[in-house]
Amino acid sequence: MTAFSPSSDPSPPSDVLAPPLPQGSEPLVHDAGQEAHPDHRMFGLATFLVADGMTFAGFFAAYLTFRAVNPLPADAIYELELILPTINTVLLVLSSFTFHRAAKELRHDQLGPCRLWLLITAGLGLAFLAGQMVEYFSLPFGLTDNLYASTFYALTGFHGLHVSLGALMILIVWWQARTPGRFTADHHFGVEAAELYWHFVDGIWLVLYGILYLL
Amino acid sequence: MTIALTPQTSSPPPGLQPEGWLRYLSFSLDHKVIGLQYMVAGFFFYLVGGALAGMIRAELVSPISDFISRETYNEVLTLHGTVMIFLWIVPVVNGAFGNYLIPFYVGARDMAFPRLNAVAFWLIPPAGFLLIASYFIAGAAQSGWTAYPPLSLTTPAAGQVVWILSVLLLGGSSIFGGINFIATILKMRRPGLKMMQLPMYCWAMLGTSILVVLSTPVLAGTLVLLSFDIIAHTGFFNPSLGGNAVVYQHLFWFYSHPAVYIMVLPAFGLVSEILPVHARKPLFGYTTMVYSILGIVFLGLIVWAHHMFTSATPPWMRLFFTIATAFIAVPTGIKFFNWLATLWGGKIALNSAMLFSCAFIVHFVFGGITGVALAQVPFDIHVHDTYFVVGHFHYVVYGGTVFVIFGSIYHWFPKFTGRMLNEDLGRFHFLITFIGFNLCFAPQHWLGLNGMPRRVAEYDPQFTLVNQISSVGALLMALSTLPFLINVLWSAFSGRVAGDNPWKALTPEWLTSSPPPVENWKGEAPLVQHPYGYGIPPGQIDLGAATGRELWSSGQ
Repeated sequence: MTAFSPSSDPSPPSDVLAPPLPQGSEPLVHDAGQEAHPDHRMFGLATFLVADGMTFAGFFAAYLTFRAVNPLPADAIYELELILPTINTVLLVLSSFTFHRAAKELRHDQLGPCRLWLLITAGLGLAFLAGQMVEYFSLPFGLTDNLYASTFYALTGFHGLHVSLGALMILIVWWQARTPGRFTADHHFGVEAAELYWHFVDGIWLVLYGILYLL
Repeated sequence: MTIALTPQTSSPPPGLQPEGWLRYLSFSLDHKVIGLQYMVAGFFFYLVGGALAGMIRAELVSPISDFISRETYNEVLTLHGTVMIFLWIVPVVNGAFGNYLIPFYVGARDMAFPRLNAVAFWLIPPAGFLLIASYFIAGAAQSGWTAYPPLSLTTPAAGQVVWILSVLLLGGSSIFGGINFIATILKMRRPGLKMMQLPMYCWAMLGTSILVVLSTPVLAGTLVLLSFDIIAHTGFFNPSLGGNAVVYQHLFWFYSHPAVYIMVLPAFGLVSEILPVHARKPLFGYTTMVYSILGIVFLGLIVWAHHMFTSATPPWMRLFFTIATAFIAVPTGIKFFNWLATLWGGKIALNSAMLFSCAFIVHFVFGGITGVALAQVPFDIHVHDTYFVVGHFHYVVYGGTVFVIFGSIYHWFPKFTGRMLNEDLGRFHFLITFIGFNLCFAPQHWLGLNGMPRRVAEYDPQFTLVNQISSVGALLMALSTLPFLINVLWSAFSGRVAGDNPWKALTPEWLTSSPPPVENWKGEAPLVQHPYGYGIPPGQIDLGAATGRELWSSGQ
């Protein structure tokens, strides 16, 4: 019985020591259990964006495989127009720079210019969405017409959803920034997070534009 | 005269977090509460999935479909697979033990994102009840846990859509949990604690979480496309509409093969914690253990197509995926021999935790060997979709992971509750589970080799006897849950008081009271640089004052 249940043996096993409590050798500055919870939200967001990027990667892989092995019937071939999506690409890339500018103004504590640049960024995002709407309505195929039509709408639609959420985030931080002290030069997680997300959405678009329109 | 003000000791603001047992039903942010929430919810779903398995085995007692109809059989086997994987094993082996142990192991007061943590848990009960409710309302999904199109497109749509919704919720929960573990392990370590000093379970959870973050989103995206195929009649995966069903299989297995490691890597970690404590020896080959976990993570991401050798895979793909899969045996084998070397010459206590862990090693090696066999194309084509695969899978996931879950409950129950589980009942539980499990699943390899297909309610009458043996094993497994439940319920209230550290263990979760205080340690977190420093002869070292480092170095 002794071998099985350790506490039925009154003396501790001989090779064992009860470790002193606590074992730490380096003194810590903070009080027991009272230290502030550290802020790792940017790290968490970056990890989430890796996950989100994998969703896109799956979609891209599916699309490229369809291209490689599923030939489209001859009467369904349709060349996508390039003008509108290229303008859209320029708008979205531009909006990354304007957001960068907004964050830079914030780091110099220039709240007014920061809000202006945020508004411009959101405007560019909404212009992108409007451009995509125009494109959708001018296309001669619908969601269920064929495999490529479905894939086109799934890819651009899923990305458009991200742009919509990003534009919403920008408008939210723009609104929050009107309160003085809400964002400071050192503490502005909301703006920082929206910026990282926005650059991510921008980068995804570049890949999407490449494989969907140019390839 | 001045009076020194005593510093305010930690008590959370009243009203924010409920006290007592009610906190287990609340949106608690305490990682220990969330861990136990995962555990109890997971165990509830284990009973549900077990009842479904019982229905499957009851049906298979006779070669004709007499106990339940064919459609019901399909629903039951789909629910069994989904419930067991997504609601029992993944939440418990990751969520429950991960949430409870990881903050202790890194020397933190809580996870990196406590609120996200609570959200991740509270996604699980609704998803589970949604899934189970679909059986009673619209008829559950019938296409297996893989939901392969075109089968998932031609079976009744309502159950399939609910299934997708439920799996999406559970996938979200899993991703939130994975982000939390990565951030906690990488960013929340106590000052002075290096990565290579972490207990092995941290490394296992880091590897698991990397797999979760990289592969779960791909499944989510795929299931969204599948739901479009079902609801909007797009043709992504529907060959009759010009789509490609094999692309679904690739995307599905890109998640679901790593999912096997998501289920088994944490079990590797837990076993690596249990063995040194109960063998009183340092964990053998710490560094090689770490690198083999990382190797399994990398290889686990590039072997998925070995599930698809009968799906018209081109020869180069077969070659690549066969070789890559065989390579996984290397890091896995390293871990196996490290466990054996940990036990070798140890002062082994054959208690329930150790018995379940040793059974894990035996079962996992058997399941691993059949796994390497299945990766060989000629053999795989012969046994694909037969009971051989069912036997192999259950040896890895039940004989492997579920045995570790039970062993871990025996090991950490004193920490959770402050009371010991009854050892006699525990060993009885182990004995019936071990016999029942092997009786149930070992014959299935024979059935598969002789050509009995899986996922069919009826079979050739020549297989009747072996199926009946298997069903007797399943009955024993069902009965084995009783001593466990009695043990847990009885011991939680009237078990022997355990004390803070009944196993005399050195990992940080034992260096506090049982159960631990809300802030994990009264005072600062201990710096445990050598969590496996066991095995120093007495007299060689001052037991009262020694640190783990001294123990470690003098033990070498």
